[in-house]
Amino acid sequence: MRWLLRKDLLILRRSRLLVALLIVYPVAIALLIGFAISRSPSRPHVAIVDETPPGATVKLGSQRVEVSRYAQELFSQVLSVRVATRSQAIAKVKSGEVIAAVVIPPNIAARLSSVTEQAQLEVLYNGDALEQSLVRSTLDSAIAQANLGFSEQIQQAAAKAISALLEGGSSGILGAPENLIGLSQIPTKLGAIIARQPRGHARAELERVQAFAGFAAENLTLSRHVLATISQPIKARSRLLRGRRTPLNTFAVVVAVSVSLMFVCVLLAAGGVALEREERALGRLVRGLVSRELLLAEKGLLAAGASFLVALAMLAGVGAFVSLDWSRSGLWLLALAFGALAFGALGVAIGALAREVRAASLLAFLLSLPLAFLALVPSGSVSGGFYDAIRVVSFAFPFKAALQALDSAVNGAAPAIGASIAHLAGLTLAFGALARLGLRRAE
Amino acid sequence: MSAVLSVRGLAKSYGELEALREVSFDLQAGEVIAVVGPNGAGKTTLLSIVAAVQQPSAGSVSRGAREVGWAPQQPALYSKLSVAENLELFARLEKLADPHAAVRRMLEQTGLTERAREPVGHLSGGNRQRVNVALGLIADPPVLVLDEPSASLDPAQRERLWEFIGSLTRTGTAVIFSTHHLGEAQHHADRLLVLADGRLLLDGPPGALLAAAGEAPGEDLETALVRYLAEHAAVGAPAL
Repeated sequence: MRWLLRKDLLILRRSRLLVALLIVYPVAIALLIGFAISRSPSRPHVAIVDETPPGATVKLGSQRVEVSRYAQELFSQVLSVRVATRSQAIAKVKSGEVIAAVVIPPNIAARLSSVTEQAQLEVLYNGDALEQSLVRSTLDSAIAQANLGFSEQIQQAAAKAISALLEGGSSGILGAPENLIGLSQIPTKLGAIIARQPRGHARAELERVQAFAGFAAENLTLSRHVLATISQPIKARSRLLRGRRTPLNTFAVVVAVSVSLMFVCVLLAAGGVALEREERALGRLVRGLVSRELLLAEKGLLAAGASFLVALAMLAGVGAFVSLDWSRSGLWLLALAFGALAFGALGVAIGALAREVRAASLLAFLLSLPLAFLALVPSGSVSGGFYDAIRVVSFAFPFKAALQALDSAVNGAAPAIGASIAHLAGLTLAFGALARLGLRRAE
Repeated sequence: MSAVLSVRGLAKSYGELEALREVSFDLQAGEVIAVVGPNGAGKTTLLSIVAAVQQPSAGSVSRGAREVGWAPQQPALYSKLSVAENLELFARLEKLADPHAAVRRMLEQTGLTERAREPVGHLSGGNRQRVNVALGLIADPPVLVLDEPSASLDPAQRERLWEFIGSLTRTGTAVIFSTHHLGEAQHHADRLLVLADGRLLLDGPPGALLAAAGEAPGEDLETALVRYLAEHAAVGAPAL
């Protein structure tokens, strides 16, 4: 095996362009996939026209909330481009400078204050179906967030008004009387007065007022809590059933490294075996000089070793930018090694069946890319039957198992690494046997 | 004189297709045998079984793979490696005691010492074929099997190749080769094996084919083969 290995390394050393492509291209693909996964949709450029008069407020009893705060909430959800008029906004949408424009109409304060009429925004957008979909989903989310923020401000203003009623004192609100008595203080103060009153009709009336004041104070206190609740009626409390919580960026690292491992290993192994046929050296080798099993093992191990080093270097390199738990590096090595072996076996099987380097490379690409995408399809995003089919395909090829092993090694994610390693070992044997079958005929 | 190679009752089937049927012959030291016949006659199948590249369905070959040198029709070489690196690789795989000496010997025999460091991919077709033959000879086997060795060579390259093969047979190496060039077989072979439809129709010197076809000695062997096959291929004929 030593001399075969030396020969293959010599050939690789003399095929620098091929090696460069073999490493650079998969790493580039892997980084792009990782980048796409780790980045949430970026904030879009949206033109905002605020037609409300300066200082317009929504009046809530004695409290007032400035409508401009709504515009500020909206600005914080998008990359806002302030424009003065509706026509300027339309021009920017048409030119593609912004993906949409939001017009806040001048009557928004009046409508919000009226309670009977719902305030409305005007959304202007353009573009193809994809852009339209992006605009709708992004703006729906942005407007929902802005609504939530604005309603919290209104709720705070209402709560402040209720507090002023309950606690009394100086509210600081322009025009409000100084040193007001609070509703919650009335029962006590009335109690003191009632105690000094003789029994009779007047005292009974005072006691009724005292009872009402106590009842009102209790219910207003409750209303304050109710207001806090209805501003965000349902909150989600999430609980992970298995494994550790995996940050999206470290999962993206795992995906990128797994994709690189797969591409480098499968392409190298497939190309290596196919090259023996293409150079017509296979017949010469297997006539008593080298067994077919040894030849396949050599190609698989060479590809596994090379891809292992590339993936490890990538993991270590990315580790400089993303926080990884280096104390688990022993598990990384284990996951990468078994993943590389399984991909090596898949590669030699492709090479043995394809018989020529170009066909082997093409087949390796055609097979690898969909495997990576299928493994990333989340359950529930497609119909049950289709997802079952995806699971079968993902089970029959090493990418998903390698991804899970590496995710478990790097992030402590479920399933446990042992199960994935056993799966990868089984796939290594299965694809090794398939490769041996494909190499039956030397010519 | 004892045979250096004995082939007995060789047969090869691919499913229903019988590529080779009951082929037997002997090869003596220093002898040159040409295997001739139309396309699909079973020439390459016969040679690849003798060279142990394929296993026969039935029959036997007296020598194992390591004792038979093999040069396939298309040079089986690593084009990114130099001439010397190709030779050294196979010398190592053959587990020769002194691989470097074997490489030097083959470079001298093939006249490629000056081009030892050149990548095989840069060589002419003739020189590639010489390296291809040299790889078959690296372990100094008593028998050399050549599948259409001159198929892609120009006349001058062909002549140099036959000079080289002649030098081998003078030292006792037995050679069996297939060819479509009947003139080549007439000039360089001691015996012909005529194959058609996997059957051995004739085993004898070139003159035997002329006689069997009714041609005078010294006449064109190609015409004789065409006539002989027209008369015998369909019905089959016993070996002479």
